[in-house]
Amino acid sequence: MTAEEIRNLLVEEFGEDRITGANLEAIDPWVEVAAEAIADVCRFLKTDERTQFDHLNNLCGVDYFEPDEKKQKKFGHEPHVEVVYHLQSYSLKHRITVKVVLPRWKDDKDGELPEVPTVTGVWKIADWHEREAYDLVGINFVGHPNLVRILCAEDWVGHPLRKDYEFPLEYHGIRGK
Amino acid sequence: MSVTVEDPRIIEFDVRTDEMLVNMGPQHPSTHGVLRLLLRTDGEIIHEVTPHLGYLHRSAEKIGENLSPAQWIPYTDRMDYLAGMNMNLGMSLTVEKLIGMEVPEKAMVLRVLIGELNRIASHLVGMGAYGLDLGTFSPFLYAFREREIILDLFEEVCGARLTYSYLTVGGATHDLPTSIPIPPGLASLTGRSQDEQVSWMDAVKMFLDWLEPRIKEYHTLLTRNHIFIKRTAGLGVMDREMAIDYGCTGPVLRGSGVDWDLRRDGDPIYTRMYEGYSFEVPVAPFKEAPREAVLGDNWCRFFVRMMEVVQSISLVRQAIEKYPSAAGEHRVPFKLNTKLPKDEVYLETECPRGAMGFYFVGNDKAEPLRARAKSSCFCNLAPTAPLCEGFLLADIPAVVGSLDIVMGEIDR
Repeated sequence: MTAEEIRNLLVEEFGEDRITGANLEAIDPWVEVAAEAIADVCRFLKTDERTQFDHLNNLCGVDYFEPDEKKQKKFGHEPHVEVVYHLQSYSLKHRITVKVVLPRWKDDKDGELPEVPTVTGVWKIADWHEREAYDLVGINFVGHPNLVRILCAEDWVGHPLRKDYEFPLEYHGIRGK
Repeated sequence: MSVTVEDPRIIEFDVRTDEMLVNMGPQHPSTHGVLRLLLRTDGEIIHEVTPHLGYLHRSAEKIGENLSPAQWIPYTDRMDYLAGMNMNLGMSLTVEKLIGMEVPEKAMVLRVLIGELNRIASHLVGMGAYGLDLGTFSPFLYAFREREIILDLFEEVCGARLTYSYLTVGGATHDLPTSIPIPPGLASLTGRSQDEQVSWMDAVKMFLDWLEPRIKEYHTLLTRNHIFIKRTAGLGVMDREMAIDYGCTGPVLRGSGVDWDLRRDGDPIYTRMYEGYSFEVPVAPFKEAPREAVLGDNWCRFFVRMMEVVQSISLVRQAIEKYPSAAGEHRVPFKLNTKLPKDEVYLETECPRGAMGFYFVGNDKAEPLRARAKSSCFCNLAPTAPLCEGFLLADIPAVVGSLDIVMGEIDR
């Protein structure tokens, strides 16, 4: 299936208010899904005869933010966080990218992580990918069975791949900066 | 003194053993680097495995956000340091796809040649180290003897033996050398004089001619070795569905019977490099398999790698044939201040350990907004817990070794 057909299929199944956007001209065409619907959409994409996306290639978070105020005009994106799912089907040999757009902080309160439902029930590998996205980008995957840091130390503070992350000055007696 | 039944110390007198928490790693030699497995054991039986990662985390993705892609190349070969060339290639292709860069034919042939040679070196370590995990030392020495020659050849190409940064955006940093002093290992193995000068291509051919018949000997050493079969066949069985569910790729996936190789089924920008080459994709089940072997067990994963070495030897030979007549230069220039367009690309390539993915988000700046490396070993390691639980403590090295992980790539 082409990206356009997949988008149309999803709109037909879930409606315009859950399939909130798409860019079919991009190098990797993507479909944007409302955060609360992502688990259902993923389950549909995996199990439906026409799509059969059985393989989750990649799951990661992207922080769209420019911390330098002078450069913010040229930045060209509203500040937000994206969770990107790259899917592929072994049997039908097609691909699609699915995105969820989230606010940088939940309810605009600094430090409150934005929330998105987990897809660990759809693909098992999402478990570790989501732990990594939580650890590095700071996204709360609601319903994840074990959402703890995976690459950074357990007591690490902050989420390093956030654009406004500040490197700690001290960690267990080790001086930073 | 008499003990009552309620006394908690009564367990000490019971024949049952206590549950015990055992820390395997991060300095354990058979965990291939700094992997730490927290095991809950009952005697010799494993009840629970919790992998702890991150001991080699070097913030590669964060660093990538502050560098031009060409400057990030050296960080990629420090991820999977056993297959630096393949990592460089995967990243270069992603950036080329993002900026729409065309690479000359000569650069493509060169990339196939170098990439497949590195695959041989990487699988040799995989084989040797797996033998070491299971308690046999000699295959490791043979593997390193062979790999040493490949490293010598790479040293003549780019000056580095492990972290090459040779394949770069637009092609490769240099053309292949013409005349080189014969690698010392190759000279002594083929009985030539140590101070002979040979052409680089001839040295590669000499090495392949020498290596190819040796593969049969490795099969006698390991593949058909009775002890090896006892330790690997029928253990760590991962069926097709489980392998796909856990996002396994590369030899691990093919060992579970999924016929998928990105050199054949991947993105056009990658597969077109392999157009005109003939190669097979080894997929389990194998007719050579011993009676005890089951689809998707340790033995199958190991054997896929051994068969891939044979295919890579053939691919290198074909590339050597093509190289003299390939059109164009070995590279097209790529400037450090080249702006990455406002678009994004996710591209996977077939590294020796599996599908290594790079994801770049451009934003009209030389530095990407996001530089993500999706590690193949990260996904291949994920099913460790279900594979090991219920088996013996001594089977853990056999299972983890068959996944052939490199922690540098997992932790990034």
